[in-house]
Amino acid sequence: MILWVEMNRLNSVQEFEELRKSIVDSRDPNKLRIAICAGSGCLAYGCVPLVAAFRDEVDKQGIQDRVEVRATGCPGFCERGALLTIFPQGIFYQRVKIEDVPEIITETILEGRIIDRLLYVDPASGEKSVKEADVPFYRKQHRLLLGVNNKIDPNSIEDYLANGGYSALAKALLQMSSDSIIDEIKRSGLRGRGGGGFPAGSKWESCRNAPSSNGVRYVICNADEGDPGAYMDRSLLEGNPHGVIEGMMIGAYAIASSEGYVYVRHEYPLAVQNLGIALEQARAYGLLGKNILGSGFDFDINISRGGGAFICGESTALMASLEGKIGEPRAKHIHTVESGLNGKPSNLNNVETWANVPMIINKGADWYSQIGTEGSKGTKVFSLVGKINNTGLVEVPMGMTLREIVYDIGGGVPNGKRFKAVQTGGPSGGCIPEGLLDLPVDFDRLKEAGSIMGSGGMIVMDEDTCMVDVAKYFVRFLTEESCGKCTPCREGLDRMLDILTDVTEGKATLDDIELLEELGNVIKDTSLCALGGTAPNPVLSTLRYFRDEYEAHIREHRCPAGVCKALITFTIDEEACTGCGVCARQCPQEAISGEKKQPYVIDQGLCIKCGLCQESCKFDAVIVS
Amino acid sequence: MVELTIDGVRTQAIEGTTVLEAARDMGIVIPTLCYDPGLSPYGACRVCIVEVVKKNGSSLEASCTLPVEEGQVILTNSEWVKRSRRVIVELLIASAPNSKRLQDLAATLGINKVRFKLKDRDCILCGLCVRYCKEQMQAGALGFVGRGTQRRVATAFDEMPQECRNCGGCEWICPVCERACTAGNLVDGLCGACQNPVPVETCPVCTGCSESVGPHGHRVY
Repeated sequence: MILWVEMNRLNSVQEFEELRKSIVDSRDPNKLRIAICAGSGCLAYGCVPLVAAFRDEVDKQGIQDRVEVRATGCPGFCERGALLTIFPQGIFYQRVKIEDVPEIITETILEGRIIDRLLYVDPASGEKSVKEADVPFYRKQHRLLLGVNNKIDPNSIEDYLANGGYSALAKALLQMSSDSIIDEIKRSGLRGRGGGGFPAGSKWESCRNAPSSNGVRYVICNADEGDPGAYMDRSLLEGNPHGVIEGMMIGAYAIASSEGYVYVRHEYPLAVQNLGIALEQARAYGLLGKNILGSGFDFDINISRGGGAFICGESTALMASLEGKIGEPRAKHIHTVESGLNGKPSNLNNVETWANVPMIINKGADWYSQIGTEGSKGTKVFSLVGKINNTGLVEVPMGMTLREIVYDIGGGVPNGKRFKAVQTGGPSGGCIPEGLLDLPVDFDRLKEAGSIMGSGGMIVMDEDTCMVDVAKYFVRFLTEESCGKCTPCREGLDRMLDILTDVTEGKATLDDIELLEELGNVIKDTSLCALGGTAPNPVLSTLRYFRDEYEAHIREHRCPAGVCKALITFTIDEEACTGCGVCARQCPQEAISGEKKQPYVIDQGLCIKCGLCQESCKFDAVIVS
Repeated sequence: MVELTIDGVRTQAIEGTTVLEAARDMGIVIPTLCYDPGLSPYGACRVCIVEVVKKNGSSLEASCTLPVEEGQVILTNSEWVKRSRRVIVELLIASAPNSKRLQDLAATLGINKVRFKLKDRDCILCGLCVRYCKEQMQAGALGFVGRGTQRRVATAFDEMPQECRNCGGCEWICPVCERACTAGNLVDGLCGACQNPVPVETCPVCTGCSESVGPHGHRVY
């Protein structure tokens, strides 16, 4: 093994380019590639046996030399998994099952015929799309990062190299100085994708210029993605770990660092695994280690697994955790670029930020800065979840409106319900109402609207969502995930939750709304870190846009969306009830009684408002009021 | 030395010191709870917040961890500071209503009602005991366990640790258990029994901070 490693070690950029050429030359461009998504979403759909079934079938047919089966990263359309793309044609099949395997091989692979049933049909127009690029979900996206995912096997560095991988690193090492790299990143306008949106180039520059007594500097990749429903970074690490590694290497070269860390959630086993494999492969080729490509640049990356604390996504808490200390933030008057991990200058960026770097170096700042808006350049990956038809990961240029994302890409709200709000930026983001759907999404505009970009979570809510309940949900999440160090965040959020609970139970007064606002502003203004500083956003933004709902709970003891259990009652409409008795059988409390073919009645004393009767009634006879 | 302005008065401070130290050198009272001059600043209680005046939007910062900077403009007692500080102390009283230090502070700040539910946790998690144990006694027998509202001060595995030498420093430095408020009944979360015995006078060097002062000028904590 060691011998193999030594033999393959690349000692110069020239050897590296020869290797890439030999990989590309050894590949038949006409060979059919069946790319099956093996990201976390499709794993749940059972893509592992699916990949195995394809490999078996290919072997059985004896067409291994013409067809390659590849388990790739996630192309994003998780709603429709398991996903499959056949290259080079780009034929896109969705909801693929094991039973479909023999047919796909015989029909599409051998005969070149399209299987209609596996194509995506647009529910709005009824139009079928053969190719991935024609699917409405993908049509408006600009997939600079995610587009690579289904073209490479994340466990194959050769795939990444064949796709032009590590060419940005070679370019940086051979042709660029630290200054010119930093200048390029600065001019590109790349801003940190972790939430704060700090200009990445300026951060790198400060870190490089910060004095370090023994010359030690660190680059750190924040992969502690903790927002509920968000999985952008997970997908990038799982699908294209080399892209992140290459970005970190360029950053390390620019700031003269020789040691990097990836702080990744332990709950992301596939990301940890794929990253580990990628690091081993890069080391074997000498792309990590001493004297990389003969340039004299030394660099290696360690993986550190987080224990599932949301606060450890905050830079100073993350670094404390890396040091083995309790993961709590400190005041950032001395920035981490000056004194971060182990008191050394440390440059922390998140997964998506690092993944953008190779592209900028390869194609140039001028190209990159054409994409996006005045203040926010490039693309942003969002995880579009909640009450939306096309759940998945979407990558759009900055400045696209929420309406385009929700309706054109996301396909709108399911079951003909009315759109109510979209929550951006994770638990400490805000809820944006229908009236602001034409808001262009970028760092600054979202902030103006009382929300944040965050790391890119986007939760869509429909008319059945109670905004007070939503605010309560996020505040509860944050009371549990606050580190508990500073008073406003720990105690303030806890008291906020008390008040919100009172509101949802009809026990609050109108004064409580004032108190919520006052408390929210104090938490925002006085908390130690950004978690507390943004934590009241769900409450403040819902108070700003949905104050009437709060008032309905308080004044009329009514939950307009019919969600808050203390304020709703379930009754049976005598006219509509056919007396079938299904609800009575479903009721866990045996609170429903009646005679066959006669209207049933709910005993309000026994009812726990679970809503099973309403769900089970085929005649819409159960009314929530 | 750096030059800064605190409450309208220009002053000089040694680089590397904090705004709290600079203000106290001037005799300006900024209330604190989790700060102790013998321990590393922690910035947790947020009672010592001050307003940092900036052209593009001022901010509130904890003065105990805020390093002095050339040209800094600080307000220690602006309306914004007072308003926010009152809510913070209200929150603290709600979690430790029997702390005399907190009750006194509430009286000084003019809090007349605690609007939050009282949940007596008997601890405000200021971390003084934890830092005292580690930094002054070099023991490290105490630490924080859990996060969010579950956070508490504890010894490892809740066992009596070998490192503890029974010095009692943790108890001595605790702002909650040092001297308990003995009032039988709290009204609106406040005791009011020993409310502000010091008569309000106007301090001759004062720039309108409206802090209660004794016959000897500002009380320096």
